[in-house]
Amino acid sequence: MSGNFPWLTVLAAVPFAGALLVAAVPAGKRALAKNVALLVTLVELALAIAVTVKFSPNGDRFQLTENHTWIKQFGVHWALGVDGIGVVLILLTAVLMPVLVLASWNDADAPQVRMDGTVGDTAAPRSTHAFFALMLAVEAMVVVSFAATDIFVFYVFFEAMLIPMYFLIGGFGGAQRSYAAVKFLLYNLLGGLVMLAAVVALYVATADADLGGAGQGTFDLMRITQAVGTGELNLNPTAEKAMFLGFMFAFAVKAPLWPFHTWLPDTMTEATPGIAVLVTAMVDKVGTFAMLRYCLALFPNASKTFAPLVVTLAIIGIIYGALLAVGQTDIKRLIAYTSISHFGFIIVGIFALTSQGQSGATLYMVNHGFSTAALLLVAGFLISRRGSKTIADFGGVQKVAPLLAGTFLVAGLATLSLPGLAPFVSEFLVLVGTFSRYQAAGIVATFGIILAALYVLVLYQRTMTGPVKAGVEKIRDLNVRELVVVAPLIALLLVLGVYPKPVLDVVNPAVDDTLSQVEKTDPAPSHPIEQVAAVTPLGGNK
Amino acid sequence: MTQTLVSAASGALLATGEGGPGLHSVPATGVFDATWLVIALPLLGAAVLLLGGRRTNRFGHWLGTLLAVGSFFVGLALFSAMLDASDADRSVNQHLWDWVSVGSFQAEVGLHLDQLSMVFVLLITGVGSLIHIYSIGYMEHDENRRRFFAYLNLFLASMLLLVLANNYLLLYVGWEGVGLASYLLIGFWQHKPSAATAAKKAFLMNRVGDLGLAVAIFLMFTTFGTFSFDQVLSGNAQASGGTFTGIDLMLLLAACGKSAQFPLQAWLGDAMEGPTPVSALIHAATMVTAGVYLITRSAELFNASPDAQLVVTIVGAITVLFGAIVGCAKDDIKKALAASTMSQIGYMILAAGLGPIGYAFAIMHLVTHGFFKAGLFLGAGSVMHGMNDEVDMRRYGGLRKYMPITFVTFGLGYLAIIGFPLLSGYFSKDKIIEAAFAKGGTSGYVLGSVTLVAAGLTAYYMTRVMLMTFFGRERWKEAPVGAPADWHEPHPHESPKSMTLPMIVLAFGSVFAGGLFVLHDSFVNWLTPVTGFSEGDSPFSEYAVTGMAVAMVALGALVAYVQYARREVPAVAPQGSFITVAARKDLYQDAVNEGLVMRPGQYLTRMLVWLDLRGIDGFVGGLAAFIGGTSSRVRKVQTGFARSYALSMFGGTALVVAATLMARMA
Repeated sequence: MSGNFPWLTVLAAVPFAGALLVAAVPAGKRALAKNVALLVTLVELALAIAVTVKFSPNGDRFQLTENHTWIKQFGVHWALGVDGIGVVLILLTAVLMPVLVLASWNDADAPQVRMDGTVGDTAAPRSTHAFFALMLAVEAMVVVSFAATDIFVFYVFFEAMLIPMYFLIGGFGGAQRSYAAVKFLLYNLLGGLVMLAAVVALYVATADADLGGAGQGTFDLMRITQAVGTGELNLNPTAEKAMFLGFMFAFAVKAPLWPFHTWLPDTMTEATPGIAVLVTAMVDKVGTFAMLRYCLALFPNASKTFAPLVVTLAIIGIIYGALLAVGQTDIKRLIAYTSISHFGFIIVGIFALTSQGQSGATLYMVNHGFSTAALLLVAGFLISRRGSKTIADFGGVQKVAPLLAGTFLVAGLATLSLPGLAPFVSEFLVLVGTFSRYQAAGIVATFGIILAALYVLVLYQRTMTGPVKAGVEKIRDLNVRELVVVAPLIALLLVLGVYPKPVLDVVNPAVDDTLSQVEKTDPAPSHPIEQVAAVTPLGGNK
Repeated sequence: MTQTLVSAASGALLATGEGGPGLHSVPATGVFDATWLVIALPLLGAAVLLLGGRRTNRFGHWLGTLLAVGSFFVGLALFSAMLDASDADRSVNQHLWDWVSVGSFQAEVGLHLDQLSMVFVLLITGVGSLIHIYSIGYMEHDENRRRFFAYLNLFLASMLLLVLANNYLLLYVGWEGVGLASYLLIGFWQHKPSAATAAKKAFLMNRVGDLGLAVAIFLMFTTFGTFSFDQVLSGNAQASGGTFTGIDLMLLLAACGKSAQFPLQAWLGDAMEGPTPVSALIHAATMVTAGVYLITRSAELFNASPDAQLVVTIVGAITVLFGAIVGCAKDDIKKALAASTMSQIGYMILAAGLGPIGYAFAIMHLVTHGFFKAGLFLGAGSVMHGMNDEVDMRRYGGLRKYMPITFVTFGLGYLAIIGFPLLSGYFSKDKIIEAAFAKGGTSGYVLGSVTLVAAGLTAYYMTRVMLMTFFGRERWKEAPVGAPADWHEPHPHESPKSMTLPMIVLAFGSVFAGGLFVLHDSFVNWLTPVTGFSEGDSPFSEYAVTGMAVAMVALGALVAYVQYARREVPAVAPQGSFITVAARKDLYQDAVNEGLVMRPGQYLTRMLVWLDLRGIDGFVGGLAAFIGGTSSRVRKVQTGFARSYALSMFGGTALVVAATLMARMA
C-alpha cells in the first residue's frame, strides 16, 4: 500500500490546502489564522521527514515517483519524483517554514507603511490571513519545483511562484516595497519568458525525435535525459547552446548570478525579514537547483562549453557581492549582498563539474538557508526593536541584549564559514572542487573568505560593541518565541558542521549521476601517494 | 595481535630508513584510547558555561579551572604511557568518526598523538591550567567572569584540536577555532572601541593566513589526493619541487598569520587590549606558537623544498629583528612584552626553517619561552593589578619593595629570556644561534649574526622593562601631566595567592626547564623520531658561540643600565632620533597596511557601491525605461507595470517563435 502512496503529491497539496484553510479563517481572528498556519507547516515538516526516511540513498536516482497524464495534447504529465538533491532541499524548505511562520508572527498585524512613508491607521482586517496563506502557497510551489520531473510542470510552478511572492513583497514591509515588488516581478518574469521559449523549443526538438511517440514530443525529464545520453535526441550544437542559455538565463536571474542580481538587494531590504528569508533561502534555491538538474542534464555539451563563462561570472559575483556588502550602511542590504556572494559560491561549485563542487554546492544551498535565516531573522528582531535598519543607529547592543548579540555573532560566524559550523564544510568542498578544475578561479574565490570575515565582523563591531548608543538602551533581549526561532537554526548549523555525513550520503549518488550525464570525471591527483596499507591503517581501532 | 604486527612493520620501515623520520602511527589502544578526552573536557566546560548562562555564574570559574586541570592530568597519563612505549609505538592514531566524504575527498575526525603533539598537549594544558587559576583572582571583580572562563576553555579545546588533529582539514578547524577564541578574548571588554577594533584586526589578519592554509590543502588534495598526515607526511609523497615549494609557502603564510610573523605581524601589539591572562596564554605561550607547530609538523614537506626553507628563515630573521627593535621603544609594559614575543617566535620560525638542524630546538625554545613569557605576562598583570591597571612603565618605578613575589618571579623570567647563563632561555636560544651558524655558507653567517644581534637587543629591551618597572624613583607618586581632577595616588600591593602561585610555578620552569631539556640531549632525542635531527656543520665551536652570545647579552644589558638606571627616566618620552620615532610607530606597520590595503580597498568598495546603483542597475533600469516608457512609470505599479508586462509578453512570444524556428532547422 505504501508503495503507491502519492507522497509527493500530498507533500505539495498540504501547504496548498493549508493556504486555503488559513484564508478561510474568519476575519479578525488573527491568532487562529497564525496557529493554523503554524500547524500546517509542522504537518508538512512531519511529512517531509517521512519522505526523507522513505528515500533510500543507494536506490534509484528518482524515487517516490508518480506519473499521471495531465495535458495529453502536449504530452504533459503530473510527474513527480525526488533524487538526493531534491529530497534535502525539500527538507530544508519544510524545516525553515515553521521557523519563518514563528519569526513573522506579528509582522502582518501592524498597520503597513505607505509608499510616502506614513503609517496607515489600522492593519487591513485580513492582512494576517493573506500573509500566511501566501507564504504557504509559496511553500507548496517550491516543493513542486523541487519534486517535478516534468519540465512543463516545473516551469509552471517556477513561474507561478512569482504571484504570491509579488503580493508578499508588495503588500508587507518597508516604504519602498512596491518598487521592490515590481522590480522583483519584472526581472523574474523576463527570465521566465526567455526560459519559456527554450522550453517550447526543446519540446519541438523532442517531437522531431519522436520521443513522446506518435509524432509527439515530451516534457518527461527522465525520458529526455535518457535520449540525450543515448544520442536518440541529438540537438544541433547551436540550438543546444541557445536552449541552454534560455534555461540558464531564468535560473541566473532567480539565483541570482552576477550581473543579474540587482533585484535582490531591493527585495530583501524592503520585504519583512521572514519574506526576505523566504526569497533567499528557498525561492532562489530553486534557481541553483534547476541549474544542476536541468541545465546540466538536458544540455551536457553546452554546459561544458559555457562552464568557464559561468564560473567567471560566479567568481566575480563572490568578490563583488562581498565588496558591496562591506560598503553598505543598511543592515538588511548588507545581508542581501552577502547572499549574492554566497550564490556565487553555489554556482561556481555546480559549474566546476566536479563531485566535490556539486555535492558542496548542494550542501551549501542547505547550509546557506540556515545561516542566512539565522542572520536575517536576528537582524530583523534587532531592527524591529530600534525602528531603524541603519547600521550607524546601533552600537553597544551586546551590553543591553547579550543573548541577541550572541546569537547574531553565531549566525555571523556561520556566514563567514567558521570551521565547526555547517557552512565551512560546504564552502571548503566548493573551493576544493573548483580548485581541482580551475586553479586560478579557486584561489580568487578563496579571497572571498577574507572579505566574508570583514563584512561580518565590521557589522558586528558597529552594531553590537562599543558604548551604548542613544536609542539602543531600550532594546530588550530575545523573548521566548524568538529563542524558539533561533535555537533550531543554531543547533542545525552546529550539527551539520560536525557531522554532515547524512546529508552528503544522500546527495553524493545524485551528483555522481549528474556528472556522468555530462560525461565529466574528477581530475585525478597528479602524484597519488603509494599506499603503504599495512603500516598506516586509516581506520583506527575498531 | 594486529597491534604487534603493525608496530613491527612500522619499526621495520623505520629501521630500513625508508621515508626517513616520516610519520607512521599505530591505532590507539589502552591509555591512548583516552586521547579524545584531552579535548573533550575543556570543550564540555565551554559548552556548559555558554549554554548554562547566568545560572553557572556562581561556579563557572571553578568548573572551567577544574576541567582544564583534568585535561592536564589526562595529558600526564598519556605522557607516562608514552614513556613506557617503544619509539615505534609512541605515535598513535585515533579514529573518531567520518566527517566529510565526497568522491576521493575523504576527511575524518581523528587524532594523532606523537612525541611532538605530546609536548604541546603538556604545554597547553599545563600553562593553561595555571592561567585558569591565575584568572580566578585576576577576573574576580569582572561581572562577566563566567563568560571569560567559557572562552578560555573554548581556546584550550581548539588549541588541543590543532595539535592533535590527524589531518590538515581538521587542523584547520582548530586553527580557526583558536582564532575565534582569540577574537572573543581580545574583544572581551567590548564596550571599549579599541578592544573591539583590535579583536577584529586580529581575526582579519589571521584570515589572510588561513587563506594560505586553505590553498595548501587544495594543493595537497590535487597533488597527492589526500591531506591526512599518515599519507602526506609518510615520506612517500612525490611531486615536483615547485609543487612542494608552493605548498610550503602557503603553509608559511598560514604560520605568519597565526604567529604574527612579518608581514602579518601588525595584529599582535593591538591584541594586548585583551585581559592580561589572555595575553599570557594565547598571545605568548601557546596560540602564537601554532605556526611553529605547523612548520615542524610538516617537516617532510619543508625538507623537500630548500627554497621554501630559505624563505622561512628569512621571514624568521626579519621578525626577530623587527620585534626586538619595536620592543626597545615601547612604554606600555604589555606591548613591550608583545614585541618581544614576536621576536622570540621569530627565533623559532628561523630555527624551523633550518630543517632537521633546527626543528627540535625550535620546539625547545617554544616550550621554555612558554614558561618565561607566560610568567612575565602574569607578572605584568600582577603589577597592573596593584597599580590601578596602569600599563605605562614611565608611571612605574621602584615597585620591587611593594610586590616582592612579583619582582622575584618576573626577575627570574627576565633572566631566562635574556639568556642568563644556565637558565632556560640560555640553553634554548643558544642552540638556535648555534644551529643558525651550522646551516653553513653565507646564509649561515647572516642568520647566525642576526640571532646574535637580536640576543643583544633582547637583553637591552628586557633590562629596560625591568629597570623602569621595579627599580629607580617611584614615579607613580606624582600626578601625571594632565591628570584628571579625581586622580589619586595608586597603592601598589602584592597580588593574592591564586595569582602569585602560578607565577612561582612558571618561574621554576623558567629557571630549570632548559637545563633539564639539554641534560643527555633528552629533548632532542625525544623529538628525533618525528622531526629528524642532524648536527649541521658549524664554523664555530659550541663554546665560541656561547661566548659571543653571552657577550652580546652583557653588552645589551649594560647599555640599558647606563640609559635607564644611571639616568632619570623622564615621565614623558623624549623626542628621540628618526630610528626611535620609527620604532615607536611599530616601524610604520599600520601606515603600510593602511596605505597598501585598507584605503585602496575603501575606494574600491565605494566605487562599486556607486556603480552597482547607477551602473548595472542603471543599465537595466534604462533598458526597462526604453521598453516600458519612462523609468518613473516603472515605479508606478499600474501604468508602468502593465505596459512593460505586455511588452515583455510580446518580446517573449517573438523569442518563442524564433527559438521554435531554430529548433526546426536543427
